[in-house]
Amino acid sequence: MLSFTNIRVGFFLAVRQVRRANLWATSLIVFVMLLTFLNLVVVTGLLVGIVAGISNQFRVQETGDVIISALETKTYIENSPQILSFLQTLPQPDVISARYVTSGTAEANYFERTDLNERPNKTGVSIVGIDPVIENQFSGLSRLVGEGQYLLPTDYDTILIGSQLIDRYSFGEQPGLTPLRNVYPGTRIRLTVNGHTREVVVKGILDVPANSPLAARIFMPATEVRQLMGRTDYAVSEIAVLLTPGTDAPTFRDFLKRSGVADNAKVRTFEDAIPNGVAEVQNTFAMIGNAIGSIGLAVAAITIFIVIFINAITRRKFIGILKGIGISGQAIEISYIFQSLFYAAIGSAFGLGILYGFLVPYVSAHPIVLPISNAIIVAPVDGTMLRIGLLVLTTVIAGYLPSRMIVRKNTLDSILGRN
Amino acid sequence: MIDVKDLVKTFKDGPIETRVLKGISLSVKDGEFIAIMGRSGAGKSTLLYQMSLLDEATSGRIHINGRETHTMTEREKMYFRLAEFGYVFQDYALLPELTALENVALPLLMQGMGNVAAKEKAAEALTRVGLGTRLNNLPSQLSGGEQQRVSISRAIAHAPGVLFADEPTANLDKESSATVMDIFKELHKGGQTIIMVTHEDEYARFAERIIKIDDGRIISDTRA
Repeated sequence: MLSFTNIRVGFFLAVRQVRRANLWATSLIVFVMLLTFLNLVVVTGLLVGIVAGISNQFRVQETGDVIISALETKTYIENSPQILSFLQTLPQPDVISARYVTSGTAEANYFERTDLNERPNKTGVSIVGIDPVIENQFSGLSRLVGEGQYLLPTDYDTILIGSQLIDRYSFGEQPGLTPLRNVYPGTRIRLTVNGHTREVVVKGILDVPANSPLAARIFMPATEVRQLMGRTDYAVSEIAVLLTPGTDAPTFRDFLKRSGVADNAKVRTFEDAIPNGVAEVQNTFAMIGNAIGSIGLAVAAITIFIVIFINAITRRKFIGILKGIGISGQAIEISYIFQSLFYAAIGSAFGLGILYGFLVPYVSAHPIVLPISNAIIVAPVDGTMLRIGLLVLTTVIAGYLPSRMIVRKNTLDSILGRN
Repeated sequence: MIDVKDLVKTFKDGPIETRVLKGISLSVKDGEFIAIMGRSGAGKSTLLYQMSLLDEATSGRIHINGRETHTMTEREKMYFRLAEFGYVFQDYALLPELTALENVALPLLMQGMGNVAAKEKAAEALTRVGLGTRLNNLPSQLSGGEQQRVSISRAIAHAPGVLFADEPTANLDKESSATVMDIFKELHKGGQTIIMVTHEDEYARFAERIIKIDDGRIISDTRA
């Protein structure tokens, strides 16, 4: 029966067993628990963090907090100038970037092509017209220039080109994307949009991960893209809005919808606009993280089971003596549960310290650069606490079972060491 | 008072059955000091284990203070072992990670006594056997004789009805053995019931009644 006396005696025994146990053995068990904790939290956090990195790229480099884009039936936002003027009167937006987006083709090294049967060095691209100063405020685009230089507002016939459009950077050919060969700053490129052709010079190459929304785009000053598109009005394709800190994006989105902006455009927050694929990848990575975490949990359970089992079996005689002098089996089992709790709690406490004291802040400040994104560790406190709870529960069960197996053995057999 | 009637204990090892106790009957009165003697394998320790509820007989009856033991639940037996009996084992059977004081205090805590009261009573019991200055020593820091005295303190701290001792001097030198037997003698003078298994005549003479066993049967039951 679970009584106060059993708990008290169990605690009394556990404290002394832990206190007078071999320091190296205790340290090793605590270290295993620490690694298990980190495996549970950090691996999942890092996997989610890779996708969070991708999502964050979309927010920082493309959508901002709220994105206003053309309706499904249009290629541009009607009444764009009025919408932009309206946005500029509001206090919530911090930076507003209006962009012209169109698709076309880009061809490089066309002067060197001597045979018409030779495959042209050409690919389909998305061409974005920007205000270089505003876009730089919005996404810090100039910092992403790996080779060459950033655009100036006065530049003419110059472009920035995303790294995935160049074979030196890309993963190779992908459906719909054949990277251009031999493209460097200064290389001439022929852009074609709706039958309009223009020769431009590569001024800079954006060195961004493959999953970046900038990776397969070409950026030019807005006025030039308008000319290429043949637009005579100022109807832009999308307006990305970065909000001032503390402004709630869904609230602002709803406000814009109520203000009539949604009559001529789609108004979405970053969360709404994130591509379905990214959300699915995020869920997939979280599931993989949980699966790996579950394996870690099982390993921890088996480790604790073995540790407690060996401890209990080598102390079988003493367990027999305890029962012989009248100490209840439950008090003995509780002592092992307390020991398991101790190992799990100390391991988790060290893990928490390392996680929130070092890993999370360090990796946030210095994201892990991976080909697909700059990964951070996503470890929300509630999720971490849930994992600690799981670890403790698993450990307690893993500690209880072997002690129960040994405690249930015949008292005299245990005392005399008989099988 | 303990009454044993037609006690039989058989051990099975696969198809082999060994009958160690072959119908033992005896009666132990309160305050008696009994020595159970016999050669190795005679069944004396087995008899002690049955009477002290550490093991269960194959057949026969044991009554303790009028209560039949074979109908007792494991919980009731545990209570008897905790509150009514005291045990002294041949190899002291102390818990290595507990100090002398903690070893003695543990059964008192299990009886629901408070921490301070249990430690006071344990210290009293240790002082009684001459270990008042070794309270905080671990068993590994004590000699064999001292460890056995700690074991006796643990057995008597809660003033049990019966003190069972299984070859308490077997692992001790002459001097330590004499000290242990002197303690038993003092306890008996104070009215303590003691049932001791020994194969040494020298120490059996301390008892007022000597039961000799051979081949699972009582061959003599004499009073000093």
